[in-house]
Amino acid sequence: MPAYRFTLNGAETSVDVPADMPLLWVLRETLGLTGTKYGCGIAQCGACMVHLDGKKAFSCITPISSVAGRGLTTIEGLAQGDALHPVQQAWLEIDVPQCGYCQSGQIMAAVALLAEKPNPSDADIDDAMSGNLCRCGTYNRIRKAIHEAATAVRE
Amino acid sequence: MTAIPSGLGRREFLQVTGAIGVGLLIPCQISRAEARRANGGDVNAWVHVAADGQITIAVSESEMGQGTLTAFAMIVADELEADWKNVRAVHALADQAKYGRQSTGGSTSIRMGYDSIRKAGAAAREMLVAAAAATWGVPAEECRAAMGTVLHPASGRHAAYGDLAERAGQLSAPAAPAFKDPATYRYVGKPVKRLDSHEKVTGKARFGLDAAVSGLLVAQVVRPPALGGSVKAVDGAAAKAVPGVVDVMEIPHGVAVVAETFFAASEGRRALSVTWDDGPWASLSSESISTMLRDLADGGADARNDGDAAGAAAAAAQRLEAVYEAPYLAHATMEPMNCTAHVQADRCDIWVGTQAQTSSVQTAARITGLSAEQITLHTLYLGGGFGRRSQTDFVEDAVHLSKATGRPVKVVYTREDDTRAGWYRPVTYNALVGGIDAAGWPVSWTHRIAGASIVAQFGPLRNGIDPAGVEGAANLPYHIPNVHVTYAVPELPITTWWWRSVGSSQNAYVTECFLDELARKGGHDPVAYRQRLLQEHPRHLRVLETAAEKIGWGRNLPEGHALGIAVHECFGSWVAQAADVTMENDGPRVHRVVCAVDCGQAINPDTIAAQMDSGVIYGLSAALWGQITLDKGRPQQGNFDTYRVVRMREAPRVETHIVNGGDAHGGIGEPGTAPTAPAVCNAIFALTGKPVRRLPIRTG
Repeated sequence: MPAYRFTLNGAETSVDVPADMPLLWVLRETLGLTGTKYGCGIAQCGACMVHLDGKKAFSCITPISSVAGRGLTTIEGLAQGDALHPVQQAWLEIDVPQCGYCQSGQIMAAVALLAEKPNPSDADIDDAMSGNLCRCGTYNRIRKAIHEAATAVRE
Repeated sequence: MTAIPSGLGRREFLQVTGAIGVGLLIPCQISRAEARRANGGDVNAWVHVAADGQITIAVSESEMGQGTLTAFAMIVADELEADWKNVRAVHALADQAKYGRQSTGGSTSIRMGYDSIRKAGAAAREMLVAAAAATWGVPAEECRAAMGTVLHPASGRHAAYGDLAERAGQLSAPAAPAFKDPATYRYVGKPVKRLDSHEKVTGKARFGLDAAVSGLLVAQVVRPPALGGSVKAVDGAAAKAVPGVVDVMEIPHGVAVVAETFFAASEGRRALSVTWDDGPWASLSSESISTMLRDLADGGADARNDGDAAGAAAAAAQRLEAVYEAPYLAHATMEPMNCTAHVQADRCDIWVGTQAQTSSVQTAARITGLSAEQITLHTLYLGGGFGRRSQTDFVEDAVHLSKATGRPVKVVYTREDDTRAGWYRPVTYNALVGGIDAAGWPVSWTHRIAGASIVAQFGPLRNGIDPAGVEGAANLPYHIPNVHVTYAVPELPITTWWWRSVGSSQNAYVTECFLDELARKGGHDPVAYRQRLLQEHPRHLRVLETAAEKIGWGRNLPEGHALGIAVHECFGSWVAQAADVTMENDGPRVHRVVCAVDCGQAINPDTIAAQMDSGVIYGLSAALWGQITLDKGRPQQGNFDTYRVVRMREAPRVETHIVNGGDAHGGIGEPGTAPTAPAVCNAIFALTGKPVRRLPIRTG
């Protein structure tokens, strides 16, 4: 099997896996990073969302071969030591999670949104976050937390 | 050293303390029988105080988002006089001897368990006080506990819980500890942040699917495509040739591809060849089920028969007849079903997000031949439950496969497997007849239900009634002199199961929408109509009036908007919802839902608001798109592209008002779901003049 090298949460990483193995399962099963979740396998739910070169990506449909040489960030890579990312902090302040299963993906999508639009409108949030399903229905709190994080980053 | 409370086995003790350190371990002193007598519920808890003052509450109920871990900890912490910043909560290891039958469902955790949880905290407090008193040689009555410390005011002495834990653990627990005055509670009744949020925003929370065991195999189970079908022949040669595939084996639910990774299992599955026997139900379709139910509806057993509904309808000034239909629904938890099992000669470990620890252990015992004591079940976080995780099909698969391979095996349902595995919310057909008098008030109500039954799967129904099938229908609260509710069950191969709010999930829809139809026919406003008919039900009335007032019922609305309302009681709580809806080109759009809830004494108002948000979104997903249809015996939906659910852009704003109508605790996980479909459908009825008599509202 070929070896694929990439940067994972700032660290050089290499895996020997089949070329078409989805990044999601490389993360979860090969590398043991289980914060990224499986929900649908067809880019419908966003539970698997990560950042590839700073842009959000559905890891469940991303073959590992396409990750070679690129920079990858997962939920485990957002905090700097004990200091949470402002989006994670806002999630805590609003107490967003219920079951919590989709929240890694929600947070990755929100971080990507704020990187592009530091002061998103509700419509921007609708557009950016509608690829991430939440069956517990935390959408209202997610919206609130994104506004909160935007404010925190600006101040 | 730590005392081992009597009745707690050494092995379990080590496992519990291994997970949470050593210190004081106080069993909740309520026996299951006693708890059942007192509350009818199955709850117990462990209090653990570590030497450093950290307090860990081991919770026997399952956290699936509803906030149980935090609520338990709040109740214990208040009675314990614990400082919240030192409190955490974990899932207890499953143990029927300790906790009784462990099953999280029916919104029962707090409403059935409140007193026993309080008792766990109060007992721990009294033991810590007794330990301090003994240390100082003073009467315990002269000491008091406050925020993690025991004080002796007369001498000015004080000691931290952590320093008292060892000695306290050697004392026997009081049989009847005194409760604090609830007016002095610091946490219960106040909005408290969840204890599990930090690990859930950092990706560290471990769900069932995250179970990590050395030497783990991963399996997918291919099931018969037709419900009620079976395996005729398997050709696993090509699948076994796929790199990483370890074996292909037949198990009771289908054919398993066992592999080193999920990806290899997927690849193996693609290469697998199975010939299926579609079984005796191969021609089943949603249409044939509907016809079957229609033909049964008139012959149902009586669930309620007040007065003479048929006679009153015949004599009524006006009559209204309608048929309402509600489909099969999948639960569609975000985390698909999965389970990890490791069966060894003399023990079996199970890691699973389950709502049913006890029946999972019993299932594993049956398959392995081991005793329940030899089975250790580790409850991991549940990525949603909604009732689905009180089934054990995924546990069965994992235990069978680990037993067969001799290795730990994680069974993972793909999303499609999950959606097609059965265990659906029952389909129902509802024939209604209402009679109204000359002034428009109802004089008769006939509701004939024909529906798949959950309870009939356990054994013959008593008097032909599935209580879960008629809940929310037989207990129609409206003042109508003649009410007749009947229930009939078809014979179908499709497994049905508890789905958030259970019978109320369809019966609230049917009854609240038909009531709106009667109101309109009688020329009355839907809120005023309900107000008059609910005079004997003050708790219904209060949530109804609160929701109506808060949404501004009766005000002038923007062009194209209409309001709909529904009120329903289930699981010990009363919820009214009012929805603000427009019709767009692609269907209804729900802008806002105002929710009023009376669940008695509120434990954590923030959790209640979250659960109302959640119930609305869950109910709306089902109302708008939710359905499992069948063709040739095969469920037609699979992934989220065909089993559509509400996304951010479709989510209404939800506003919750908590009204407290009594001291008893009502449930909070389920009651928020039931009123959503009728509130939305009644708004559509108000907009279009056309009742929505069949769910889902949309089919695209």
